[in-house]
Amino acid sequence: MSQDSLLLELHFPSQAEQLQHVRRKVSEILQQQHCHVNEIDCAVLAINEACMNIIQHAYGGDCSGRIILKIFDSGEELVFLLIDFATPVEEHKIRPRDLDEIRPGGLGVHFIREMMDECRFLECPDGIGNIFQMRKRKLKDKGC
Amino acid sequence: MKYSIDTEGRFTVIALEGEIDLYYSPQARDIILKSLREKRAVLIDLSRVSYLDSSGVASLVEGYQLAKSDGLEFALVGVGNAALQVLQLARLDRVFPIYETRAAALMEQV
Repeated sequence: MSQDSLLLELHFPSQAEQLQHVRRKVSEILQQQHCHVNEIDCAVLAINEACMNIIQHAYGGDCSGRIILKIFDSGEELVFLLIDFATPVEEHKIRPRDLDEIRPGGLGVHFIREMMDECRFLECPDGIGNIFQMRKRKLKDKGC
Repeated sequence: MKYSIDTEGRFTVIALEGEIDLYYSPQARDIILKSLREKRAVLIDLSRVSYLDSSGVASLVEGYQLAKSDGLEFALVGVGNAALQVLQLARLDRVFPIYETRAAALMEQV
């Protein structure tokens, strides 16, 4: 990741009222990169859903948790990192629900997978918290 | 998030406005469920909703389920691109009755 350029680093508490600000910042920075509006929408939705998962599930509603969002431009793609300091998640338990079931909840993982080209948890260097990485290839004829 | 509640024909029309996200969706949910408990058909006007996430979708699904269990109509109107994209992702555009206008919803015979 060292050759990637950092577009945004945002630190915020694990509170639902922060999400609007996060969405604004992500949208702003990607507009500055001349990203296509659809790609901005995809990134905003996926980041919002990933943050929701951290707030609701990783921190379990504890508003004092910390979240760090980093966005990198790697040339060919945009890379989004979400870092938290909660108990490490058990990745095998994270599954999108069957969309044929009509019930509230369980859509966030599905949205993220649909919006991004790749998403996975990275190994945390010190074993504390979680690093969730999402990658989105840029459109060829646009900035993003 | 702002909202207004009106009565139009057989419907209680709930017009939501702004961004329905994790912070505001509990409020949206409460408004929808409270209206349904009055045992009237509910039409959710999303024409002024600029952002809808999975928690907002969950509020709509909960309303839909309560309405269905009580034999009440539950429909959406004025679904803009932002909300439609999310509903399509969740394949719920095939589940919710969606009308282009309030007039179209009122004209529908049930």
